[in-house]
Amino acid sequence: MTRLAYGSVILFGIAAAGLGGYGVAGGAGTLRLTWLVPLGGIELTLDPLGGLFLALIGLAVVPASVYALGYPDGDTGRFAYFVFVASMCVVPLAANTMTFLIAWELMSLASYFLVLRDRESRESIRAAWVYAVMTHAGLACLLAGMLLLGADVGSPRFADWRAAASALAPTTRDAAFVLLALGFAGKAGVIPLHVWLPLAHPAAPSHVSALMSGVMIKLGIYGLLRVSLDWLGVGPPWWGAALLIAGAASSVIGVLYALVEHDLKRLLAFHSIENIGIILLGIGSAALYRVAGLDALALLGLIAALYHTVNHAAFKALLFLGAGAVVHATGTRNMEAMGGLIKRMPWTAACFLIGSAAIAALPPLNGFVSEWLTFLALFQNMRLESVGQNLVFTLGIASLALTGGLAMACFVKAFGITFLALPRSDAAAGAHEASPPMRLAMLALAAACVALGLGPTLVVPVFGAVAAAVLRTAPQATGGDWLTLRVSGEFASLSTAAIAVVLAASFLVPLAALRLVGASRRTRGYETWGCGRIVQTARMEYTATAFANPFKRVFDFFYRPTKRLDIEFHPESRFFVERIEYENPTRSIFDDWLYRPALDLLHAGARAVGALQSGSANQYLAYILVALLLMLVLA
Amino acid sequence: MIAGIALAIVQVVIVGAGAPLLVGALRTLKARLVGRRGPSPWQPYADFRKLLAKEAVVSTTTSWVFRATPYILVATLLVTALVVPVVTVRPPLTFAGNIILLVYLFMLGTFFLALAGLDAGSAFGGMGSSREVAVAALAEPTVIVAVFALALRADTIDLGRIVERFGGEPWLAANPAHLLAFAAFFIVMLAETGRLPVDNPATHLELTMIHEAMVLEYSGRHLALVEWASAMKLFLFMTLLANLFVPWGLTEPSGPVAVLRGLLALTGKLALLTIAVAVLETAVAKLRLFRVPELLAGSFALAFLSLMAVFLVR
Repeated sequence: MTRLAYGSVILFGIAAAGLGGYGVAGGAGTLRLTWLVPLGGIELTLDPLGGLFLALIGLAVVPASVYALGYPDGDTGRFAYFVFVASMCVVPLAANTMTFLIAWELMSLASYFLVLRDRESRESIRAAWVYAVMTHAGLACLLAGMLLLGADVGSPRFADWRAAASALAPTTRDAAFVLLALGFAGKAGVIPLHVWLPLAHPAAPSHVSALMSGVMIKLGIYGLLRVSLDWLGVGPPWWGAALLIAGAASSVIGVLYALVEHDLKRLLAFHSIENIGIILLGIGSAALYRVAGLDALALLGLIAALYHTVNHAAFKALLFLGAGAVVHATGTRNMEAMGGLIKRMPWTAACFLIGSAAIAALPPLNGFVSEWLTFLALFQNMRLESVGQNLVFTLGIASLALTGGLAMACFVKAFGITFLALPRSDAAAGAHEASPPMRLAMLALAAACVALGLGPTLVVPVFGAVAAAVLRTAPQATGGDWLTLRVSGEFASLSTAAIAVVLAASFLVPLAALRLVGASRRTRGYETWGCGRIVQTARMEYTATAFANPFKRVFDFFYRPTKRLDIEFHPESRFFVERIEYENPTRSIFDDWLYRPALDLLHAGARAVGALQSGSANQYLAYILVALLLMLVLA
Repeated sequence: MIAGIALAIVQVVIVGAGAPLLVGALRTLKARLVGRRGPSPWQPYADFRKLLAKEAVVSTTTSWVFRATPYILVATLLVTALVVPVVTVRPPLTFAGNIILLVYLFMLGTFFLALAGLDAGSAFGGMGSSREVAVAALAEPTVIVAVFALALRADTIDLGRIVERFGGEPWLAANPAHLLAFAAFFIVMLAETGRLPVDNPATHLELTMIHEAMVLEYSGRHLALVEWASAMKLFLFMTLLANLFVPWGLTEPSGPVAVLRGLLALTGKLALLTIAVAVLETAVAKLRLFRVPELLAGSFALAFLSLMAVFLVR
């Protein structure tokens, strides 16, 4: 039964990918079922941008479902999983408000049930609750924005909005942009609307986490693309600037939180926030260039954003699947209890290493290519006249550079503490390799990371065509031959294939050189040097907490760490310590300064309004009468 | 094509063979400055010979990551040597990604070296790794931002063309953006190559060390490779600083004469820079470890200001 369920989802994914690929290639089609629901009925349209996201969903669903076949408790939540996948596939095809909102809400509900898989655990219930609140706050924004636009244009169809966009009043357009962008940014996990993401992603089973982080939040990006570049036409510059600043903040803050996080899946969830930020840097620059009439640069920014969207889906799904294998093998998500897994799970370790290198943007893998493109898109802001906009771009460049360094540091920790050295617990010592379907899924995604890294010359023209269709210009941002990708004419070029070949050749140089100079080839295995101690144990290893400590100290204004140290001494003598308890937690500025005051305000407001609720039916009848009179007077 | 490959080989040989001499000369100079005779500048080559003759002792705790890292590290630096304009303004691999590639290649090396530091499971290695990535995470972005500030004013991100542009129009260098970028880059060079006041290359004292702690577990040929890589990194950073901010003497690779002239210019510039670094290292004390990130954050801020200055002063 499980096999049948996931097998059919795999076929569904392949079909979705095929249909999406047809859309990317320029195929178009419309499906209309007006009788099914009111307000315009169901209407689906395939266009290049929708096709790209549909193909992405399809391609991510296949490995996730293969993985689920080998996942030990993959047989719970099959129905919710199917609804989740199907509704995600409808979102990028939806062509009117009704269709879009139905699919969007189904996707949110299905993922809510998947997050709430473990109904006994308080953590899981809280995660699902925060997720439900945030996602519905976002839905309320979307609903308001879409109704506003629909009423103003006089049609719920997106195609009509597109046609009428330039004639709309600026205040209506701005209001619609703010509402829709807030709704979509909440789903994408943009700072400061990210609070649900590090709670909900770890709580779901790993193949679902991979889909939530890999593709579901990308539908937020899809929405942001539609809002900022498509439905509302060419907006004022502050739209792009706002997106760029949000991207800069999300990328740096996301990676800073990830650095001090030692729950493996939460760490990955924080990195999703970071990568969404990087994608937004591309979208924001595209919007700003487009306002200034620099179409080729706008294309480049959009290509960078789309490329990073696809790349992030590949490596983040890979990392979540790897983390799932580790969590299943050790029974914990706490990195401090792991270690030494590279010897017990060599396949998972190798795949996780590729994913780590890719997300840290190390050449020649895929993360490097899209960050390179993003850098170039940001960098060419010297073609803009406005100094204010230049400074916003400068902020983007600085934050992208900082993010790269910090992400590298974070994945040294994530891979090093989890997989290297000695196991830190019995569970880690007794870990076992993942089952064959799980390995197959991870290997496929690792291969995708390598292929997307080595083949930008083949992939970029495809994104170029999609971006050109969105911006309605001719594809002209990039060129080059099979080996070298040229950007903005002769301005810059990239060849990851050449890098890979030269790196491989250079790898042989030290091998050959050692042989040539007649170096000793003897190797002796011995224990790790330890200042004369007798035996090495895992307690002597560096911990994840210690590893992250330099960062905690550098960025203490952001983390605001508190320290608590309890030492219990032996009753006889203070020279014998019985127990030491040390805690060094960080505090979230968003919880303390944004959500806590907002919730307090909400409670205070509710209490104030609560005075109206006396419980007496007569009083309620009086309210109705007063309200009726007021309405008659006002109307 | 043939000329390109020949130039690539020349460049790799200059960097690979010259790097130990640079380290040796720096040590000799430092010794002389404090009144010691010190070892000969050729001492690092003798050290390599000794290390290569010894057997390698590898901890049984480690995995393949530990054994592969020295080779990966050397490979990344050899590729980097092809991206930096060393003796001509047309480095052979410049088409493959330029300054961004350069920085991320350094990061690739740091990534594996830091993993190897964790692999042996001793507290030393972990401590070194943690500190090294903390330094690298703040230093490497600074390189990108500082070089971008130069690139914006030269209107190209091609390192060779930046050198060419500033070599042709030296008055461009008299600009606040340029000076800020220089200050930022200089601090980063010291940090990235483990010099004073960030790290002390001459000590194995566990409380202060960064890089040396991370590679503590290496021995024999592995240690030789790691040390060679460190020397190449120092060489490349100093070359980059010298050629970007003192852009004279480099031309297009029109023939052996041009390459030779570039080599002579580079030798002169590196000699001056070596004296400067040696004097600096003799004059300053090592910073407390947790002051180091503040210094680096300061250099990142300088680079950021430099980038902003490009727009504000244009």
